Amino acid sequence: MKTDVVVDAKGLACPMPLVRAKKEMDRLNSGEVMKLISTDPGSVNDFASWAKRANHEILDQQEEDGVYTFYVKKG
Amino acid sequence: MAEEQNNTTMVVFSGDLDKAIASFIIANGAAAMGDKVTMFFTFWGLNILRKENVQTPKKKAFMEKMFGKMMPQGPDKLGLSKMNMGGMGAKMMKKVMKEKNISTLPELMEMAKGLGVNIVACTMSMDVLGIDKDELIDGIDYGGVATYLGEAYDAKVNLFI
Repeated sequence: MKTDVVVDAKGLACPMPLVRAKKEMDRLNSGEVMKLISTDPGSVNDFASWAKRANHEILDQQEEDGVYTFYVKKG
Repeated sequence: MAEEQNNTTMVVFSGDLDKAIASFIIANGAAAMGDKVTMFFTFWGLNILRKENVQTPKKKAFMEKMFGKMMPQGPDKLGLSKMNMGGMGAKMMKKVMKEKNISTLPELMEMAKGLGVNIVACTMSMDVLGIDKDELIDGIDYGGVATYLGEAYDAKVNLFI
């Protein structure tokens, strides 16, 4: 998938992945896509809740060996 | 984009390390969600905002001096609400949290400022405890109950910690 920015939040604990994602998202234009990588199990629900709240769209998400990857389109 | 601005407000009454960390995690989270966040620090919560080893040049009454000495000076000096064991508990908790790569309270506070979280110190409590503006961290606001309520009326999340 074409991504405009990659946010690597591996190893970071709550609320850091969210804060990192928000800061990078502020720099994107509407419609651009962020690839988000996290190892915090809570981030699955956290990013869903954040995307809903901030009007972003989660295009795809994967889990592999405890690493979560999300593709989020800016709303 | 029909994005409405939501407010999150918090009264931080406690000066315990664990509760301070919880309040700043929520504040950072809310700011990341796009909320306008106001944290109102009153009573023991003011100790979270104190600078270390800073004394105001202004003259203090005896009781004020006592308070100033007995209360923790800043985020690194706070104790836990449970299992503090004379400060041992707080040290152990900080060690464990570091190992688990969790942000420290000073880091969380810096992060909150960077995200535009509005930190307000209660001037009445400052007066009671004899804490002067010089003794609190920079970049904060000062106000009373109406300042807090004015923000809280428009908030969907409002906590007392």
